[in-house]
Amino acid sequence: MKSKHIRGIDDLGKEGIQEILSLSDHFFEVSTRRIPKVPALRGRTIAWLFYENSTRTRLSFETAAKRLSADSMNFSVSSSSVKKGESLRDTVETVSAMGVDAIVVRHSSTGVPWLLPKWTDASIINAGDGAHEHPTQSLLDCYTIQKQFGDIEGKKIVIVGDIKHSRVARSNILAFKTMGAEIVLVAPRTLLPVDTSSWPVEISEDLDGSIADADVVYMLRMQLERQKEAFVPSLREYTNDFGLTLERAQKLPKHTIIMHPGPMNRGVEIASDVPELDNAVVTNQVSNGVIVRMAVLYFLLGSGAELSEDGNSNE
Amino acid sequence: MADSERTPTPLNGGVFVARSEIMDADGVRRALWRMSHEILEQNKGIRDIILVGLETGGVHLARKLAINLLEIEGEEIPVGTLDVAFYRDDIGIRPVIPGNPTDLPFDLTSRVVVLVDDVLFTGRTIRAAMDAIVDFGRPAAVQLAVMIDRGHRELPIRPDYVGKNLPTRRDELVDVQEGGVWLGDLEGVDS
Repeated sequence: MKSKHIRGIDDLGKEGIQEILSLSDHFFEVSTRRIPKVPALRGRTIAWLFYENSTRTRLSFETAAKRLSADSMNFSVSSSSVKKGESLRDTVETVSAMGVDAIVVRHSSTGVPWLLPKWTDASIINAGDGAHEHPTQSLLDCYTIQKQFGDIEGKKIVIVGDIKHSRVARSNILAFKTMGAEIVLVAPRTLLPVDTSSWPVEISEDLDGSIADADVVYMLRMQLERQKEAFVPSLREYTNDFGLTLERAQKLPKHTIIMHPGPMNRGVEIASDVPELDNAVVTNQVSNGVIVRMAVLYFLLGSGAELSEDGNSNE
Repeated sequence: MADSERTPTPLNGGVFVARSEIMDADGVRRALWRMSHEILEQNKGIRDIILVGLETGGVHLARKLAINLLEIEGEEIPVGTLDVAFYRDDIGIRPVIPGNPTDLPFDLTSRVVVLVDDVLFTGRTIRAAMDAIVDFGRPAAVQLAVMIDRGHRELPIRPDYVGKNLPTRRDELVDVQEGGVWLGDLEGVDS
């Protein structure tokens, strides 16, 4: 039975990811129509609980909901009772009491999406919890790669940069591995987690050697706001060793695509001109974000299948 | 997608067991020829016509009708496909799993849209299809061609072109293939 929630990639498993990718093909077609909107989720209500800043994730979720004719309940932390000291639990119970079918949550603390089902019957979608997971970003990345190559299996994906603070990296490693890709992480030791022995990846500090035969070069943002101490001697040195400079980008094999989850620090992890190259698919990632999030919402709210409370997708 | 009950989903399982043959391959072929001529007669030619096969059962019938019309009139007419899953009225009640993605890259404004499906049953699929069609433009007219009309309508919908009228019980199933039409039951359903 499929999971009622999408808190992490493990809620989906391979079958779940495949179902969302194939639903995404349908919503891609919908997005090309004169009226890019379907009535599939009429009468369903989705609440956004964003305890952290977000532009693209929030906008693309809102657009996705509108294109499915769902209603949404906006919640902005800065102008809500959270400022008066309301606890997460009280906020969730309040929103839940108004009747919501799904809650999309972003929070700076790891594990928040796993906590919420104790207080609400709604489906929970994780839009980022601390440095832990960001599953819908991974799903749109999988969709972008699949559209480009037809398949993810067997592709060599090199993820470069601030792995330590990146929830995108964690979800992507799980998702890409589940789909059968080969994953190489390239980062200075200081920007890797303390223990990566259980991760199904190869680790390298040699950017040029790793990307020479890559299918996908996935650049991560330097999360300067999460870095409370100095992790690299200087940003300039970081760019020299681990940044995708124009020169490096132009040396890539012809078929290799360049991805970045945004927002980009142009001039730090990625040179200013690189996102404009033909093999950079950063804007595809953004437009696929809406499509894949439509698939995610339909997957949870529209299928009508009975969903499992414990989130075990192995059946 | 034709009648919801016709397509066993992985969740309710079950297999179609044919009990009697309603039409053979020749019967299906002749019915399609007659329907092609009726479409021409009704619309006084094929100008402005677009055939739209409903996923999944109506698609091969729409393609066959287009081949017939090409042979009769010597002109190709556009064929699209439409998946109505996102317009159904039972989303959230039962599993609504889409067939193949819609392929309808035409502006339907002022065209005559002939919806093509294999079986007309409750009429709910056609209701969903009409809602979907108007999102692609404002057609001059929408017509309906089905291979089998099995009755039991739940909405005020009637077909313009019918291969065969077939009285059925509600719990029976109709299977339409190029090689013939069979009436049978769904067996082995987990309840």
